[in-house]
Amino acid sequence: MSAELRELYQSVILDHNKKPRNFRELAVANRTAAGVNPLCGDSVTIYLVVEDGVITDVGFQGSGCAISTASASLMTEAVKGRSVAEAERIFADFHTMVTSDPKTDAVHESELGKLSVFSGVREFPMRVKCATLAWHTMNEALHEGEETVTTE
Amino acid sequence: MSATQATVDWTNDFDAERIRADFPILRTDPDKPLVFLDSAASAQKPQQVIDAISDCYSREYANIHRGVYDLSARATAMFEGVRESVQRFIGAAQAREIVFVRNTTEAINLVASAYGRANVGPGDEVLITEMEHHSNIVPWQMLCEQTGASLRVAPIDDRGALCMQGFCDRLTERTKIVAVAHVSNALGTVNPVVEIARLAHARGAVVVLDGAQAVPHQAVDVGELDCDFYAFSGHKLFGPSGVGVLYGRASILSKMPPYQGGGSMIRSVTFEKTTYEDIPHRFEAGTPDIAGVAGLGAAIDYVTGIGLDRIARYESDLLEYATASLAKVPGLRMIGTAPEKVSVSSFVMEDVHPHDVGTILDQYGIAVRTGHHCAQPVMQHFDVPATIRASLALYNTRGDVDALVAGLLRVRELFG
Repeated sequence: MSAELRELYQSVILDHNKKPRNFRELAVANRTAAGVNPLCGDSVTIYLVVEDGVITDVGFQGSGCAISTASASLMTEAVKGRSVAEAERIFADFHTMVTSDPKTDAVHESELGKLSVFSGVREFPMRVKCATLAWHTMNEALHEGEETVTTE
Repeated sequence: MSATQATVDWTNDFDAERIRADFPILRTDPDKPLVFLDSAASAQKPQQVIDAISDCYSREYANIHRGVYDLSARATAMFEGVRESVQRFIGAAQAREIVFVRNTTEAINLVASAYGRANVGPGDEVLITEMEHHSNIVPWQMLCEQTGASLRVAPIDDRGALCMQGFCDRLTERTKIVAVAHVSNALGTVNPVVEIARLAHARGAVVVLDGAQAVPHQAVDVGELDCDFYAFSGHKLFGPSGVGVLYGRASILSKMPPYQGGGSMIRSVTFEKTTYEDIPHRFEAGTPDIAGVAGLGAAIDYVTGIGLDRIARYESDLLEYATASLAKVPGLRMIGTAPEKVSVSSFVMEDVHPHDVGTILDQYGIAVRTGHHCAQPVMQHFDVPATIRASLALYNTRGDVDALVAGLLRVRELFG
Protein backbone atom coordinates (compact mmCIF):
# COMPACT_ATOMS: atom_id res chain seq x y z
CA MET A 1 0.00 0.00 0.00
CA SER A 2 1.38 3.40 -0.96
CA ALA A 3 2.71 5.87 1.58
CA GLU A 4 0.18 8.46 0.40
CA LEU A 5 -2.71 6.07 1.08
CA ARG A 6 -1.40 5.21 4.56
CA GLU A 7 -1.05 8.92 5.20
CA LEU A 8 -4.62 9.60 4.03
CA TYR A 9 -6.26 6.74 5.86
CA GLN A 10 -4.45 6.94 9.18
CA SER A 11 -5.76 4.76 11.98
CA VAL A 12 -7.26 7.78 13.77
CA ILE A 13 -9.34 8.55 10.68
CA LEU A 14 -10.44 4.94 10.28
CA ASP A 15 -11.35 4.81 13.96
CA HIS A 16 -13.44 7.99 13.85
CA ASN A 17 -15.13 6.75 10.67
CA LYS A 18 -16.13 3.53 12.37
CA LYS A 19 -17.07 5.10 15.70
CA PRO A 20 -17.87 8.76 15.09
CA ARG A 21 -17.85 10.88 18.26
CA ASN A 22 -20.69 13.25 19.13
CA PHE A 23 -22.77 11.58 16.41
CA ARG A 24 -26.13 12.76 17.64
CA GLU A 25 -28.79 15.34 17.14
CA LEU A 26 -28.79 17.97 19.88
CA ALA A 27 -32.36 18.88 20.73
CA VAL A 28 -31.10 21.87 22.73
CA ALA A 29 -28.93 23.23 19.91
CA ASN A 30 -29.32 26.94 19.29
CA ARG A 31 -27.32 26.92 16.07
CA THR A 32 -27.71 24.32 13.31
CA ALA A 33 -26.83 24.10 9.66
CA ALA A 34 -27.03 21.42 6.98
CA GLY A 35 -24.38 20.92 4.34
CA VAL A 36 -24.18 18.80 1.21
CA ASN A 37 -21.52 18.02 -1.31
CA PRO A 38 -23.52 17.90 -4.56
CA LEU A 39 -20.72 16.06 -6.31
CA CYS A 40 -20.95 12.95 -4.16
CA GLY A 41 -24.12 13.38 -2.13
CA ASP A 42 -22.35 13.54 1.23
CA SER A 43 -24.54 15.31 3.75
CA VAL A 44 -23.98 16.56 7.27
CA THR A 45 -25.99 18.49 9.83
CA ILE A 46 -24.12 20.30 12.58
CA TYR A 47 -25.76 21.10 15.93
CA LEU A 48 -24.18 23.67 18.24
CA VAL A 49 -24.99 25.00 21.64
CA VAL A 50 -23.37 28.44 21.87
CA GLU A 51 -23.52 30.26 25.20
CA ASP A 52 -21.78 33.59 25.84
CA GLY A 53 -19.62 33.12 22.76
CA VAL A 54 -18.52 29.62 23.78
CA ILE A 55 -19.41 26.33 22.04
CA THR A 56 -20.56 24.31 25.04
CA ASP A 57 -21.86 21.33 23.09
CA VAL A 58 -21.74 20.06 19.54
CA GLY A 59 -23.14 17.11 17.61
CA PHE A 60 -23.51 15.98 14.04
CA GLN A 61 -25.58 13.67 11.87
CA GLY A 62 -25.27 12.67 8.28
CA SER A 63 -23.68 10.25 5.88
CA GLY A 64 -20.50 10.37 3.92
CA CYS A 65 -17.15 8.84 3.16
CA ALA A 66 -14.51 8.02 5.76
CA ILE A 67 -12.77 11.35 5.28
CA SER A 68 -15.90 13.45 5.72
CA THR A 69 -17.24 11.39 8.63
CA ALA A 70 -13.91 11.39 10.50
CA SER A 71 -13.43 15.07 9.79
CA ALA A 72 -16.83 15.91 11.28
CA SER A 73 -16.15 13.68 14.28
CA LEU A 74 -12.72 15.12 15.01
CA MET A 75 -14.03 18.62 14.45
CA THR A 76 -16.65 18.20 17.16
CA GLU A 77 -13.91 17.15 19.59
CA ALA A 78 -11.69 20.04 18.53
CA VAL A 79 -14.24 22.82 18.96
CA LYS A 80 -16.16 21.67 22.02
CA GLY A 81 -15.47 24.09 24.88
CA ARG A 82 -13.81 26.60 22.57
CA SER A 83 -14.90 30.15 21.93
CA VAL A 84 -16.44 30.95 18.56
CA ALA A 85 -13.35 32.97 17.69
CA GLU A 86 -11.08 30.02 18.55
CA ALA A 87 -13.21 27.63 16.50
CA GLU A 88 -12.97 29.94 13.52
CA ARG A 89 -9.21 30.13 13.87
CA ILE A 90 -8.93 26.33 14.02
CA PHE A 91 -11.07 26.13 10.87
CA ALA A 92 -8.80 28.62 9.11
CA ASP A 93 -5.69 26.63 10.08
CA PHE A 94 -7.34 23.37 9.10
CA HIS A 95 -8.39 24.78 5.74
CA THR A 96 -4.88 26.05 5.10
CA MET A 97 -3.45 22.65 5.94
CA VAL A 98 -5.65 20.60 3.61
CA THR A 99 -5.38 23.03 0.70
CA SER A 100 -1.68 23.85 0.96
CA ASP A 101 0.83 22.73 -1.63
CA PRO A 102 2.47 19.53 -0.38
CA LYS A 103 5.66 20.39 -2.27
CA THR A 104 6.30 23.80 -0.79
CA ASP A 105 4.27 24.31 2.37
CA ALA A 106 5.12 22.78 5.72
CA VAL A 107 2.35 21.59 8.00
CA HIS A 108 2.35 23.18 11.45
CA GLU A 109 1.07 20.10 13.18
CA SER A 110 1.51 21.38 16.69
CA GLU A 111 -1.14 24.07 16.23
CA LEU A 112 -3.76 21.62 15.00
CA GLY A 113 -3.03 18.74 17.35
CA LYS A 114 -5.07 15.66 16.48
CA LEU A 115 -6.50 17.35 13.39
CA SER A 116 -3.12 17.11 11.72
CA VAL A 117 -4.05 13.53 10.76
CA PHE A 118 -5.81 15.19 7.83
CA SER A 119 -2.60 16.61 6.41
CA GLY A 120 -2.53 13.69 3.94
CA VAL A 121 -5.69 15.02 2.29
CA ARG A 122 -3.71 17.69 0.46
CA GLU A 123 -2.16 14.95 -1.68
CA PHE A 124 -5.69 14.18 -2.90
CA PRO A 125 -7.25 17.38 -4.31
CA MET A 126 -10.46 15.50 -5.18
CA ARG A 127 -10.97 14.79 -1.48
CA VAL A 128 -10.45 18.26 0.02
CA LYS A 129 -14.18 18.95 -0.07
CA CYS A 130 -14.83 15.75 1.87
CA ALA A 131 -12.53 16.97 4.64
CA THR A 132 -13.93 20.50 4.78
CA LEU A 133 -17.69 19.89 4.45
CA ALA A 134 -18.34 19.67 8.19
CA TRP A 135 -16.20 22.73 8.83
CA HIS A 136 -17.94 24.87 6.24
CA THR A 137 -21.23 23.72 7.69
CA MET A 138 -20.20 24.58 11.25
CA ASN A 139 -19.06 27.98 10.06
CA GLU A 140 -22.48 28.49 8.51
CA ALA A 141 -24.17 27.48 11.76
CA LEU A 142 -22.02 29.90 13.72
CA HIS A 143 -23.08 32.68 11.41
CA GLU A 144 -26.71 31.63 11.57
CA GLY A 145 -27.02 31.15 7.84
CA GLU A 146 -30.41 30.06 6.66
CA GLU A 147 -29.35 28.34 3.48
CA THR A 148 -28.01 24.85 2.91
CA VAL A 149 -24.25 24.91 2.64
CA THR A 150 -22.61 23.40 -0.38
CA THR A 151 -18.97 22.80 -1.02
CA GLU A 152 -19.27 24.32 -4.48
CA MET B 1 -7.97 11.14 -44.82
CA SER B 2 -10.77 8.90 -45.80
CA ALA B 3 -12.83 6.64 -43.59
CA THR B 4 -10.62 4.63 -41.28
CA GLN B 5 -10.10 1.03 -42.19
CA ALA B 6 -9.71 -1.45 -39.38
CA THR B 7 -6.19 -2.76 -39.75
CA VAL B 8 -6.93 -6.10 -38.17
CA ASP B 9 -8.41 -9.22 -39.66
CA TRP B 10 -11.42 -9.80 -37.48
CA THR B 11 -12.32 -13.13 -38.92
CA ASN B 12 -10.41 -14.65 -36.02
CA ASP B 13 -11.39 -14.47 -32.40
CA PHE B 14 -11.57 -11.18 -30.60
CA ASP B 15 -8.08 -9.96 -29.77
CA ALA B 16 -8.29 -7.34 -27.06
CA GLU B 17 -4.53 -6.83 -26.99
CA ARG B 18 -4.55 -5.75 -30.61
CA ILE B 19 -7.42 -3.40 -29.87
CA ARG B 20 -5.60 -1.95 -26.89
CA ALA B 21 -2.67 -1.13 -29.14
CA ASP B 22 -4.99 1.27 -31.00
CA PHE B 23 -5.57 3.34 -27.85
CA PRO B 24 -2.55 5.54 -27.04
CA ILE B 25 -3.76 6.38 -23.53
CA LEU B 26 -3.69 2.71 -22.56
CA ARG B 27 0.01 2.47 -23.29
CA THR B 28 1.41 5.79 -22.09
CA ASP B 29 3.30 4.48 -19.06
CA PRO B 30 4.37 0.82 -19.08
CA ASP B 31 5.40 1.04 -15.42
CA LYS B 32 1.99 2.26 -14.32
CA PRO B 33 -0.59 0.66 -16.59
CA LEU B 34 -3.97 2.33 -16.71
CA VAL B 35 -6.85 0.08 -15.78
CA PHE B 36 -9.62 2.16 -17.25
CA LEU B 37 -13.03 1.03 -16.05
CA ASP B 38 -15.03 4.19 -16.63
CA SER B 39 -16.00 3.97 -20.28
CA ALA B 40 -19.66 4.41 -19.41
CA ALA B 41 -18.80 7.98 -18.38
CA SER B 42 -16.66 8.58 -21.45
CA ALA B 43 -14.67 6.13 -23.53
CA GLN B 44 -11.04 6.42 -24.59
CA LYS B 45 -10.16 7.17 -28.20
CA PRO B 46 -8.35 5.00 -30.73
CA GLN B 47 -5.57 6.47 -32.87
CA GLN B 48 -7.90 6.28 -35.87
CA VAL B 49 -10.28 8.79 -34.27
CA ILE B 50 -7.45 11.05 -33.13
CA ASP B 51 -6.01 10.97 -36.66
CA ALA B 52 -9.35 11.74 -38.27
CA ILE B 53 -9.72 14.87 -36.14
CA SER B 54 -6.15 15.90 -36.75
CA ASP B 55 -6.44 15.24 -40.50
CA CYS B 56 -9.63 17.25 -40.69
CA TYR B 57 -7.89 20.28 -39.23
CA SER B 58 -4.68 19.65 -41.14
CA ARG B 59 -6.11 19.03 -44.58
CA GLU B 60 -9.88 19.21 -44.94
CA TYR B 61 -11.08 22.03 -42.76
CA ALA B 62 -13.40 24.85 -43.77
CA ASN B 63 -16.90 25.78 -42.78
CA ILE B 64 -19.58 23.61 -44.30
CA HIS B 65 -22.64 24.38 -46.44
CA ARG B 66 -21.27 27.84 -47.23
CA GLY B 67 -18.25 28.32 -49.41
CA VAL B 68 -18.16 27.75 -53.15
CA TYR B 69 -14.50 26.93 -52.91
CA ASP B 70 -13.16 23.41 -53.08
CA LEU B 71 -12.05 23.11 -49.45
CA SER B 72 -15.52 23.97 -48.17
CA ALA B 73 -17.04 21.53 -50.63
CA ARG B 74 -14.74 18.77 -49.38
CA ALA B 75 -15.51 19.53 -45.74
CA THR B 76 -19.22 19.53 -46.56
CA ALA B 77 -18.90 16.20 -48.36
CA MET B 78 -17.08 14.72 -45.37
CA PHE B 79 -19.74 16.04 -42.98
CA GLU B 80 -22.64 14.74 -45.04
CA GLY B 81 -20.77 11.48 -45.60
CA VAL B 82 -20.64 10.91 -41.87
CA ARG B 83 -24.36 11.58 -41.72
CA GLU B 84 -24.80 8.67 -44.11
CA SER B 85 -22.44 6.54 -41.99
CA VAL B 86 -24.59 7.26 -38.95
CA GLN B 87 -27.69 6.42 -40.95
CA ARG B 88 -26.27 3.00 -41.84
CA PHE B 89 -24.85 2.52 -38.35
CA ILE B 90 -28.26 2.76 -36.67
CA GLY B 91 -30.37 1.50 -39.56
CA ALA B 92 -32.22 4.74 -40.24
CA ALA B 93 -34.27 4.82 -43.44
CA GLN B 94 -32.93 8.19 -44.59
CA ALA B 95 -29.86 10.34 -43.92
CA ARG B 96 -32.07 13.37 -43.28
CA GLU B 97 -33.34 11.64 -40.15
CA ILE B 98 -29.89 12.13 -38.59
CA VAL B 99 -29.39 15.41 -36.71
CA PHE B 100 -25.96 16.29 -35.35
CA VAL B 101 -26.08 17.71 -31.83
CA ARG B 102 -23.58 18.15 -29.00
CA ASN B 103 -24.46 15.01 -27.08
CA THR B 104 -27.32 12.83 -25.86
CA THR B 105 -28.40 15.51 -23.41
CA GLU B 106 -28.84 18.05 -26.16
CA ALA B 107 -30.67 15.51 -28.32
CA ILE B 108 -33.23 14.86 -25.58
CA ASN B 109 -33.59 18.56 -24.86
CA LEU B 110 -34.19 19.13 -28.57
CA VAL B 111 -37.05 16.63 -28.58
CA ALA B 112 -38.50 17.97 -25.33
CA SER B 113 -38.41 21.55 -26.64
CA ALA B 114 -39.25 21.22 -30.31
CA TYR B 115 -41.56 18.20 -30.29
CA GLY B 116 -42.76 18.49 -26.72
CA ARG B 117 -43.88 22.08 -26.64
CA ALA B 118 -45.77 21.66 -29.90
CA ASN B 119 -47.48 18.40 -28.97
CA VAL B 120 -47.86 18.23 -25.20
CA GLY B 121 -50.43 20.20 -23.25
CA PRO B 122 -52.21 20.42 -19.90
CA GLY B 123 -53.44 17.04 -18.69
CA ASP B 124 -51.06 15.14 -20.96
CA GLU B 125 -48.41 12.83 -19.57
CA VAL B 126 -44.79 11.98 -20.22
CA LEU B 127 -43.78 8.50 -19.10
CA ILE B 128 -40.20 7.71 -18.09
CA THR B 129 -38.67 5.03 -15.86
CA GLU B 130 -37.10 5.02 -12.44
CA MET B 131 -33.71 4.07 -13.90
CA GLU B 132 -33.26 7.14 -16.11
CA HIS B 133 -30.15 9.32 -16.20
CA HIS B 134 -30.88 12.89 -15.08
CA SER B 135 -30.66 13.94 -18.73
CA ASN B 136 -33.74 11.82 -19.47
CA ILE B 137 -35.60 13.17 -16.43
CA VAL B 138 -34.95 16.89 -16.14
CA PRO B 139 -35.83 17.94 -19.74
CA TRP B 140 -39.21 16.22 -19.32
CA GLN B 141 -39.77 17.83 -15.93
CA MET B 142 -39.06 21.19 -17.52
CA LEU B 143 -41.46 20.39 -20.37
CA CYS B 144 -44.16 19.40 -17.89
CA GLU B 145 -43.68 22.61 -15.92
CA GLN B 146 -43.97 24.65 -19.10
CA THR B 147 -47.01 22.85 -20.51
CA GLY B 148 -49.01 21.71 -17.49
CA ALA B 149 -48.40 18.06 -18.33
CA SER B 150 -47.48 15.44 -15.70
CA LEU B 151 -44.41 13.25 -15.44
CA ARG B 152 -45.12 9.58 -14.71
CA VAL B 153 -42.44 7.16 -13.63
CA ALA B 154 -42.48 3.41 -14.27
CA PRO B 155 -40.87 1.53 -11.38
CA ILE B 156 -37.94 -0.88 -11.41
CA ASP B 157 -37.61 -4.06 -9.39
CA ASP B 158 -34.84 -4.97 -6.98
CA ARG B 159 -32.70 -6.42 -9.75
CA GLY B 160 -32.85 -3.09 -11.54
CA ALA B 161 -35.12 -4.38 -14.30
CA LEU B 162 -38.14 -2.42 -15.47
CA CYS B 163 -41.46 -3.61 -14.03
CA MET B 164 -43.45 -4.07 -17.21
CA GLN B 165 -46.73 -4.26 -15.33
CA GLY B 166 -45.91 -0.96 -13.64
CA PHE B 167 -45.01 0.48 -17.02
CA CYS B 168 -48.28 -0.66 -18.59
CA ASP B 169 -50.28 0.67 -15.64
CA ARG B 170 -48.89 4.15 -16.25
CA LEU B 171 -49.27 4.08 -20.03
CA THR B 172 -52.62 5.66 -20.84
CA GLU B 173 -54.37 7.58 -23.58
CA ARG B 174 -52.98 10.71 -21.91
CA THR B 175 -49.39 9.56 -22.48
CA LYS B 176 -47.91 11.64 -25.28
CA ILE B 177 -44.23 10.76 -24.91
CA VAL B 178 -42.50 7.65 -23.60
CA ALA B 179 -38.81 8.33 -22.90
CA VAL B 180 -36.70 5.37 -21.82
CA ALA B 181 -33.03 4.44 -21.62
CA HIS B 182 -32.16 1.69 -24.06
CA VAL B 183 -29.48 0.72 -21.52
CA SER B 184 -29.24 2.07 -17.96
CA ASN B 185 -25.98 3.89 -17.21
CA ALA B 186 -26.06 3.16 -13.48
CA LEU B 187 -27.23 -0.47 -13.61
CA GLY B 188 -26.37 -1.77 -17.05
CA THR B 189 -29.93 -3.00 -17.53
CA VAL B 190 -30.99 -3.46 -21.15
CA ASN B 191 -34.63 -2.46 -21.44
CA PRO B 192 -37.13 -4.35 -23.63
CA VAL B 193 -37.41 -1.36 -25.93
CA VAL B 194 -39.10 -3.19 -28.82
CA GLU B 195 -41.94 -4.16 -26.50
CA ILE B 196 -41.96 -0.68 -24.96
CA ALA B 197 -42.26 0.93 -28.40
CA ARG B 198 -45.04 -1.45 -29.43
CA LEU B 199 -47.05 -0.73 -26.27
CA ALA B 200 -46.45 3.02 -26.48
CA HIS B 201 -47.44 3.23 -30.14
CA ALA B 202 -50.61 1.29 -29.41
CA ARG B 203 -51.51 4.15 -27.07
CA GLY B 204 -50.53 6.78 -29.61
CA ALA B 205 -47.41 8.00 -27.78
CA VAL B 206 -44.09 8.74 -29.44
CA VAL B 207 -41.05 6.83 -28.22
CA VAL B 208 -37.76 8.50 -27.34
CA LEU B 209 -34.84 6.17 -26.59
CA ASP B 210 -31.71 7.31 -24.79
CA GLY B 211 -29.14 5.15 -26.52
CA ALA B 212 -26.00 6.65 -24.96
CA GLN B 213 -25.06 3.43 -23.17
CA ALA B 214 -26.30 1.07 -25.87
CA VAL B 215 -24.43 2.01 -29.04
CA PRO B 216 -20.92 1.20 -27.74
CA HIS B 217 -21.99 -2.31 -26.79
CA GLN B 218 -24.43 -3.72 -29.31
CA ALA B 219 -25.77 -3.28 -32.82
CA VAL B 220 -28.69 -0.87 -32.91
CA ASP B 221 -31.30 -0.74 -35.66
CA VAL B 222 -33.89 1.98 -35.19
CA GLY B 223 -36.06 0.32 -37.81
CA GLU B 224 -36.22 -2.87 -35.79
CA LEU B 225 -36.71 -0.97 -32.55
CA ASP B 226 -39.46 1.06 -34.26
CA CYS B 227 -38.68 4.07 -32.06
CA ASP B 228 -39.49 7.64 -33.09
CA PHE B 229 -36.36 9.24 -31.64
CA TYR B 230 -33.00 7.76 -30.71
CA ALA B 231 -30.22 9.75 -29.04
CA PHE B 232 -26.55 8.97 -28.47
CA SER B 233 -23.21 10.65 -27.84
CA GLY B 234 -20.00 10.34 -29.82
CA HIS B 235 -17.75 10.36 -26.79
CA LYS B 236 -19.08 7.14 -25.31
CA LEU B 237 -18.61 5.46 -28.70
CA PHE B 238 -14.83 6.08 -28.73
CA GLY B 239 -15.42 9.29 -30.68
CA PRO B 240 -14.79 12.87 -29.59
CA SER B 241 -16.76 14.78 -26.99
CA GLY B 242 -18.88 17.63 -28.32
CA VAL B 243 -20.75 15.67 -30.98
CA GLY B 244 -23.81 13.50 -30.65
CA VAL B 245 -26.71 12.28 -32.73
CA LEU B 246 -30.44 12.59 -32.67
CA TYR B 247 -32.31 10.23 -34.94
CA GLY B 248 -35.86 11.32 -35.62
CA ARG B 249 -38.44 9.57 -37.78
CA ALA B 250 -38.73 11.78 -40.88
CA SER B 251 -42.53 12.02 -40.72
CA ILE B 252 -42.30 13.43 -37.19
CA LEU B 253 -39.09 15.42 -37.52
CA SER B 254 -40.32 17.26 -40.62
CA LYS B 255 -43.36 18.57 -38.74
CA MET B 256 -41.36 19.87 -35.80
CA PRO B 257 -40.57 23.55 -35.33
CA PRO B 258 -36.88 24.52 -34.99
CA TYR B 259 -35.01 24.10 -31.72
CA GLN B 260 -32.50 26.94 -31.97
CA GLY B 261 -32.48 29.82 -34.42
CA GLY B 262 -29.44 31.01 -36.32
CA GLY B 263 -27.33 30.40 -39.36
CA SER B 264 -27.59 27.18 -41.41
CA MET B 265 -31.16 26.48 -40.32
CA ILE B 266 -32.86 29.13 -42.47
CA ARG B 267 -33.97 29.30 -46.09
CA SER B 268 -34.53 33.03 -46.14
CA VAL B 269 -34.50 35.76 -43.55
CA THR B 270 -36.14 39.16 -43.60
CA PHE B 271 -37.10 41.20 -40.58
CA GLU B 272 -40.72 40.36 -41.32
CA LYS B 273 -40.47 36.64 -41.81
CA THR B 274 -37.97 33.80 -41.79
CA THR B 275 -38.50 30.49 -43.49
CA TYR B 276 -36.68 27.44 -42.25
CA GLU B 277 -34.55 24.81 -43.88
CA ASP B 278 -35.74 21.26 -44.33
CA ILE B 279 -34.67 18.55 -41.93
CA PRO B 280 -32.06 17.85 -40.70
CA HIS B 281 -30.51 21.31 -41.21
CA ARG B 282 -33.47 23.01 -39.52
CA PHE B 283 -32.13 21.58 -36.27
CA GLU B 284 -28.48 22.41 -36.85
CA ALA B 285 -28.24 26.13 -36.24
CA GLY B 286 -24.76 27.60 -36.26
CA THR B 287 -21.42 26.09 -37.17
CA PRO B 288 -21.32 22.55 -35.84
CA ASP B 289 -18.37 20.58 -34.49
CA ILE B 290 -17.03 19.76 -37.94
CA ALA B 291 -13.85 17.98 -36.87
CA GLY B 292 -15.89 16.24 -34.16
CA VAL B 293 -18.15 14.82 -36.85
CA ALA B 294 -15.06 13.60 -38.71
CA GLY B 295 -13.97 11.91 -35.49
CA LEU B 296 -17.41 10.38 -34.99
CA GLY B 297 -17.26 8.98 -38.50
CA ALA B 298 -13.91 7.36 -37.71
CA ALA B 299 -15.29 5.96 -34.46
CA ILE B 300 -18.23 4.38 -36.28
CA ASP B 301 -15.86 2.92 -38.87
CA TYR B 302 -13.72 1.61 -36.04
CA VAL B 303 -16.46 -0.28 -34.20
CA THR B 304 -18.18 -1.50 -37.35
CA GLY B 305 -14.79 -2.68 -38.64
CA ILE B 306 -14.52 -4.89 -35.58
CA GLY B 307 -18.21 -5.76 -35.64
CA LEU B 308 -20.76 -4.83 -33.00
CA ASP B 309 -21.90 -8.41 -32.65
CA ARG B 310 -18.33 -9.53 -32.01
CA ILE B 311 -17.89 -6.73 -29.47
CA ALA B 312 -21.14 -7.74 -27.75
CA ARG B 313 -20.05 -11.38 -27.50
CA TYR B 314 -16.64 -10.43 -26.09
CA GLU B 315 -18.12 -8.05 -23.54
CA SER B 316 -20.77 -10.53 -22.51
CA ASP B 317 -18.03 -13.03 -21.67
CA LEU B 318 -16.08 -10.34 -19.84
CA LEU B 319 -19.15 -9.33 -17.82
CA GLU B 320 -19.72 -12.93 -16.82
CA TYR B 321 -16.12 -13.15 -15.66
CA ALA B 322 -16.38 -9.82 -13.78
CA THR B 323 -19.62 -10.81 -12.08
CA ALA B 324 -18.14 -14.11 -10.89
CA SER B 325 -14.89 -12.45 -9.77
CA LEU B 326 -16.59 -9.62 -7.87
CA ALA B 327 -18.83 -12.13 -6.07
CA LYS B 328 -15.68 -13.39 -4.30
CA VAL B 329 -14.94 -10.02 -2.67
CA PRO B 330 -16.17 -10.12 0.95
CA GLY B 331 -18.99 -7.70 1.74
CA LEU B 332 -19.58 -6.68 -1.86
CA ARG B 333 -23.18 -6.16 -2.97
CA MET B 334 -24.04 -5.83 -6.64
CA ILE B 335 -26.50 -3.08 -7.53
CA GLY B 336 -28.14 -4.04 -10.78
CA THR B 337 -28.56 -7.74 -11.50
CA ALA B 338 -31.11 -7.63 -14.29
CA PRO B 339 -31.09 -10.68 -16.57
CA GLU B 340 -30.35 -8.52 -19.61
CA LYS B 341 -27.27 -6.37 -18.97
CA VAL B 342 -24.35 -4.78 -20.73
CA SER B 343 -20.88 -4.83 -19.20
CA VAL B 344 -21.53 -2.43 -16.34
CA SER B 345 -20.94 -3.58 -12.76
CA SER B 346 -22.32 -1.26 -10.11
CA PHE B 347 -21.74 -2.25 -6.51
CA VAL B 348 -21.26 -1.15 -2.92
CA MET B 349 -18.95 -2.48 -0.22
CA GLU B 350 -20.06 -3.07 3.32
CA ASP B 351 -18.81 -0.36 5.72
CA VAL B 352 -16.77 1.45 3.08
CA HIS B 353 -18.03 4.52 1.27
CA PRO B 354 -17.70 4.39 -2.53
CA HIS B 355 -15.53 7.52 -2.56
CA ASP B 356 -12.96 5.92 -0.31
CA VAL B 357 -12.97 2.88 -2.58
CA GLY B 358 -12.46 5.13 -5.61
CA THR B 359 -9.51 6.93 -4.04
CA ILE B 360 -7.81 3.70 -3.02
CA LEU B 361 -8.34 2.04 -6.41
CA ASP B 362 -6.94 5.13 -8.09
CA GLN B 363 -3.71 4.65 -6.19
CA TYR B 364 -3.36 1.36 -8.04
CA GLY B 365 -4.03 2.94 -11.41
CA ILE B 366 -7.64 1.73 -11.54
CA ALA B 367 -10.15 4.32 -12.73
CA VAL B 368 -13.73 3.62 -11.67
CA ARG B 369 -16.66 5.96 -11.31
CA THR B 370 -17.97 6.54 -7.82
CA GLY B 371 -21.03 8.56 -7.01
CA HIS B 372 -24.67 8.69 -8.03
CA HIS B 373 -23.94 8.46 -11.79
CA CYS B 374 -26.45 11.24 -12.52
CA ALA B 375 -29.16 8.78 -11.52
CA GLN B 376 -30.10 9.81 -7.99
CA PRO B 377 -33.53 8.09 -8.14
CA VAL B 378 -31.72 4.79 -8.76
CA MET B 379 -29.60 5.39 -5.65
CA GLN B 380 -32.78 6.15 -3.69
CA HIS B 381 -34.41 2.95 -4.93
CA PHE B 382 -31.52 0.85 -3.64
CA ASP B 383 -31.12 3.03 -0.54
CA VAL B 384 -27.44 3.74 -1.14
CA PRO B 385 -25.78 7.18 -1.25
CA ALA B 386 -23.60 6.20 -4.18
CA THR B 387 -22.13 3.16 -5.88
CA ILE B 388 -18.83 2.12 -7.37
CA ARG B 389 -19.26 1.50 -11.07
CA ALA B 390 -16.82 -0.48 -13.17
CA SER B 391 -17.83 -0.26 -16.81
CA LEU B 392 -16.07 -2.46 -19.32
CA ALA B 393 -15.51 -1.72 -22.98
CA LEU B 394 -13.97 -3.51 -25.92
CA TYR B 395 -10.42 -2.67 -24.78
CA ASN B 396 -10.80 -4.15 -21.30
CA THR B 397 -9.49 -7.59 -20.42
CA ARG B 398 -9.82 -10.23 -17.73
CA GLY B 399 -6.54 -8.79 -16.44
CA ASP B 400 -8.32 -5.49 -15.79
CA VAL B 401 -11.01 -7.34 -13.84
CA ASP B 402 -8.33 -9.16 -11.82
CA ALA B 403 -6.65 -5.82 -11.03
CA LEU B 404 -10.00 -4.45 -9.84
CA VAL B 405 -10.61 -7.41 -7.58
CA ALA B 406 -7.07 -7.18 -6.16
CA GLY B 407 -7.64 -3.48 -5.51
CA LEU B 408 -10.93 -4.18 -3.74
CA LEU B 409 -9.24 -6.76 -1.53
CA ARG B 410 -6.71 -4.05 -0.56
CA VAL B 411 -9.65 -1.81 0.36
CA ARG B 412 -11.03 -4.60 2.52
CA GLU B 413 -7.64 -4.97 4.15
CA LEU B 414 -7.41 -1.25 4.97
CA PHE B 415 -10.94 -0.86 6.25
CA GLY B 416 -11.17 -4.24 7.95
